[in-house]
Amino acid sequence: MAELNWLSITDAHAQLTARQISSVELTQACLDRIEAVEDRVQSFLTLTPEIALAQAEKADRMLAAGEGGPLTGVPVQFKDVMCTEGVPTTCASRMLENFVPVYNATAVEKLLSQGAVMLGKGNMDEFAMGSSCENSAFHPTRNPWDLDRVPGGSSGGAAASVASGEAIYSLGSDTGGSVRQPAALCGVVGLKPTYGLVSRYGLIAFASSLDQIGPVGRSAMDCALALNGIAGHDPRDATSVKREPTDYAATLGQDIKGLRFGVPEEYFVEGMEAGTRKAIDDAVTVLEGLGASVRPVSLPTTKYALACYYIIAPSECSANLARYDGVKYGYSYQDTDDMWEAMEKTREYGFGPEVTRRVMLGTYALSSGYYDAYYVKAQQARTLIRQDFDRVFQDVDALITPTSPVTAFKIGEKIGDPVQMYLIDVCTLPVNIAGLPGLSVPCGFSDGLPVGMQLIGPHFSEETLLKTAHAYEAATQWSAARPEL
Amino acid sequence: MPLERSQVEHIASLARIGLSEEEIEMFGEQLSQILEQFEVLNELDTTGVTPTGHAGGLQTVMREDLAEDSLDSEDVLKNAPNREGDLFRVNAVLEE
Repeated sequence: MAELNWLSITDAHAQLTARQISSVELTQACLDRIEAVEDRVQSFLTLTPEIALAQAEKADRMLAAGEGGPLTGVPVQFKDVMCTEGVPTTCASRMLENFVPVYNATAVEKLLSQGAVMLGKGNMDEFAMGSSCENSAFHPTRNPWDLDRVPGGSSGGAAASVASGEAIYSLGSDTGGSVRQPAALCGVVGLKPTYGLVSRYGLIAFASSLDQIGPVGRSAMDCALALNGIAGHDPRDATSVKREPTDYAATLGQDIKGLRFGVPEEYFVEGMEAGTRKAIDDAVTVLEGLGASVRPVSLPTTKYALACYYIIAPSECSANLARYDGVKYGYSYQDTDDMWEAMEKTREYGFGPEVTRRVMLGTYALSSGYYDAYYVKAQQARTLIRQDFDRVFQDVDALITPTSPVTAFKIGEKIGDPVQMYLIDVCTLPVNIAGLPGLSVPCGFSDGLPVGMQLIGPHFSEETLLKTAHAYEAATQWSAARPEL
Repeated sequence: MPLERSQVEHIASLARIGLSEEEIEMFGEQLSQILEQFEVLNELDTTGVTPTGHAGGLQTVMREDLAEDSLDSEDVLKNAPNREGDLFRVNAVLEE
């Protein structure tokens, strides 16, 4: 019964339904692992061991009654941007340090109703703004492959908890790469679903036209099973899409012969690490060996994506975060009778530097006299970026790119230079701009640090991406690698 | 074109965020660097291009107007920083 915490969802489910193990034992294995490594990894903001064990007992009763599905009794971490009823949800911000939601996010509710076991809440960059988890108001998370390095962000806790064997899988959120980039830097699989596939109800808003919840797992199969658990229309999110339910795990195992992939040259940016480039080149060879065809393609608007994103996302952020005024919930400066002073002090204390930076950037882009030059221009660029993708997807089924131009960098290395930090997301941002699905799968190492390959497909092509990643995992061993901790 | 100090102060007041002296200087410098990155968009010919607000193919959603339970008012007030009875208490909004 050694190392239950490293089980895949598939294996955990098989052993749970065969009653070889109980959910309580599986959950305890994860809690023991957390006890052993969490002081170094620090992937959690809140641990909920009592809730986890109670949910595990409930799951064991469900399983004994022949109820439940693949996720029943399987421990999960939720990024602290998703509302959890009765459990603090801070967004890694002092603004929400004492906020306790009175309802669950739909994605959380769906998993709990299927008998999931909540281990706790994952660390993140404040309000999901950042690429290193260093913007957490409470503590940084460390990369399990090298504790001096960042796990990526903003869903750094989601990726580090799965990579270090603390959680079987996790849910993160991805606005510009926040699931895929940390998954790449921590050597795990991360999926950003098509915009609208997963309900955003109860996902604390950053940029509403870009935000999407996505799973992190140690395999494509685990991500597929987690996606099965959270996908679907929700009347509480008007942007969630009505579609026939899909079993995303069903096509895994099918071969990928005849699939057509494009490699967009523009994603191999200046400053990309040689080891990353080589890992992607090698992965292309593997996919060709599996019968896929790979050709170069061009997405000329890629160079505009960064500017487009850093106008649109902060603009939406400045509007969304206007709600933090110290009145209804969250931190509130009380030491004055003046309404405006109270609001300014509330936001000055409550928001960290990156959030303030983005709120100000967005406020500027939306302000009178600049609106057309920045916001409208960026929305027009968004149209052209989307059309670029539509065009290449007439010829190929999916794209292959690096997830991040660099591997995990040192804690403190880039935090003082916002522009350098923003450039880290250059390969992942276009996917959110166009609302596409994107997946990062481990494809090797560069100087001992994990490299991620990103697969991008047309809207609702999750099956193609997951099937490809699964076939690639079976042909290589990268996803099986574990960090020494 | 770097942002002037008065512009940074104006943005902060629009965003209702208090800033220290150091922050005004730091954000002025950093925001200017970021705005410089945006200049690349000027190369892009967007004449006649329809702006995209949303990549999700948004449709107007209609539903029956049915009465449903919503959150309990006590729950809603649970996180209130300052309340009076069933109300959120705020500083005076209208000046005398």
